[in-house]
Amino acid sequence: MKTILELENISKFYENITALDLVNLNVLEGEVLSLLGPNGSGKTTLLRIMAGIEKPTSGKMRFKGVRVDEGDACQVRLRTTMVFQKTALFNTSVYKNIAYGLQLRECSKRETDEKVKEVLKTVRLEGYEKRQAKKLSGGEQQRVALARALAIDTDVLLLDEPTANIDPKNVSIIEEVLSWVNKEKKTTMVIATHNMFQAEALANRAALLIEGRIVKVGSPQEIFALPSKLLASYAKLENVFSGISKSTGEGTSIVDVGDGLQIEAAFDITGNTTVFVRPEDIILSTNPIVSSARNVFEGQIAEISDLGAIVKLRVKAGRDFTVQITKRSFNDMQLNIDSKVFLAFKASSVQMV
Amino acid sequence: MHPALGNEIIDGFLKALQLIFSGDPTVVEISVRSILISSSATMLSVLWGLPVAAILGLKRFRGRFVAKGFFHAMLGIPTVALGLVLYLFFSNAGPIGFLHWLYSPTAMIIGQAILITPITVSFITSAIESVDPEIKDLAKTLGASETEASIAVLKESMSGVVLAITASFNRAIAELGVVLMVGGNIAGLTSVLTTTIALETNKGNIELSIALAIILLLIVSALSISINLIQRRRT
Repeated sequence: MKTILELENISKFYENITALDLVNLNVLEGEVLSLLGPNGSGKTTLLRIMAGIEKPTSGKMRFKGVRVDEGDACQVRLRTTMVFQKTALFNTSVYKNIAYGLQLRECSKRETDEKVKEVLKTVRLEGYEKRQAKKLSGGEQQRVALARALAIDTDVLLLDEPTANIDPKNVSIIEEVLSWVNKEKKTTMVIATHNMFQAEALANRAALLIEGRIVKVGSPQEIFALPSKLLASYAKLENVFSGISKSTGEGTSIVDVGDGLQIEAAFDITGNTTVFVRPEDIILSTNPIVSSARNVFEGQIAEISDLGAIVKLRVKAGRDFTVQITKRSFNDMQLNIDSKVFLAFKASSVQMV
Repeated sequence: MHPALGNEIIDGFLKALQLIFSGDPTVVEISVRSILISSSATMLSVLWGLPVAAILGLKRFRGRFVAKGFFHAMLGIPTVALGLVLYLFFSNAGPIGFLHWLYSPTAMIIGQAILITPITVSFITSAIESVDPEIKDLAKTLGASETEASIAVLKESMSGVVLAITASFNRAIAELGVVLMVGGNIAGLTSVLTTTIALETNKGNIELSIALAIILLLIVSALSISINLIQRRRT
């Protein structure tokens, strides 16, 4: 894959604060790159520089091989767009919000109408054209912001924690849309996220940013293989449970996480503890599983999010579990909302935060 | 209150209504002139005040707070003091006396425009500053140039801008000191609602004063109510 965006020794200082320190990063055409890191690590600043709305203090940025860090960044802004974490909307109708970028590109009224209709369908807000954008719910507002970004068909889509602070239903819709956009439109995406599931399910590569420096670039799996304590400092973990752990005396512990749920973990510890299980480590079946897995729970599917090749499920099994399976498995098992399922995972898959 | 004075007010009020509804030429002429002069003054203050407010609200530069402070301080400028300065400028011995603008509607328009400029600038600056700071970045990330992004911010602050213009017009039409000093209340040429009310009251022509005061209040109220209604329909 060709490099679309190239950052070379990018630094950004705000008076005495170093937001970015000699960042070197290449974004490849058509890829989804997730940007991981704790709060204040410089993710937003990096995205703003990539979007051409912030100038780096030093360093070079090239867009398709052309320097764009100096002079007017207007050209790069016509080819990239950004969706902010805090939804920003013009105080007008949904239609006018989405049409803004199209009008800047001198699209005709007919083209604009068609495009607005198309993107609203993509984000599942058909018929919302005349609604006042700021009167919609938080999740719907973020979907309008996403539709507005999609309408202008840019080469690069930059997303700053696009699903932070919105409800699970809207999160699922946005994740599905992003997955579809990358697959169908081949749009290059850079997503700053704390959400491990998003980073793994949507991204091809991940870059870990700590204190303004890129400390690791690799596959999401490589990044998430880092020690769980470090992981917990920047990633929003799924299936996190707190409870009282009791040693079994055989090198394992039983963690009572409440609601009648006891999780066996492959560590020997007694007392209060917090554990997590990665969604991809959970095996899902429609029949009771006889296996070496020490943890087997019966539950019901409460929510289904289709992310293309992967399907994310929320299963109620005493506590809510997020489970990740392939679309093929999902189809083969003929799963639906309220389907009865069994969850199984090994004691060694339970990690301590 | 002395009963005779009460009767005089009621009598004056009734005669005033009669003057208004009969379309008295003097009342119509003074009212129209007031509206034209104050509208022109408001347009002039917006013409030079809007760019200044846009720079103060959108740009960050050294001396910005001093400039904003100057316009805030000017909100309380004594109108008679301003009238005196302008009188000295417009008088034959003044620096622009050769234009012979003293005691003309032009002098009144300029005087009112200068008087209301601090209102226009301060209120529009506040309106621009109250817009979500991310709006400018949002416009840019959708492909807007620096100028287009600034226009987007101005559009977002439009309700505040309209409010500033309304307040400026209301201040202009209700103004007495400056227009009296540079206009002189010449009948048929520079007499406006406020100057006529002041002078006719002194002359004892109470019914004309009341009629003009009612019209003044109606203009100010009607404008404010209309703007409110328009803005409510827009949101």
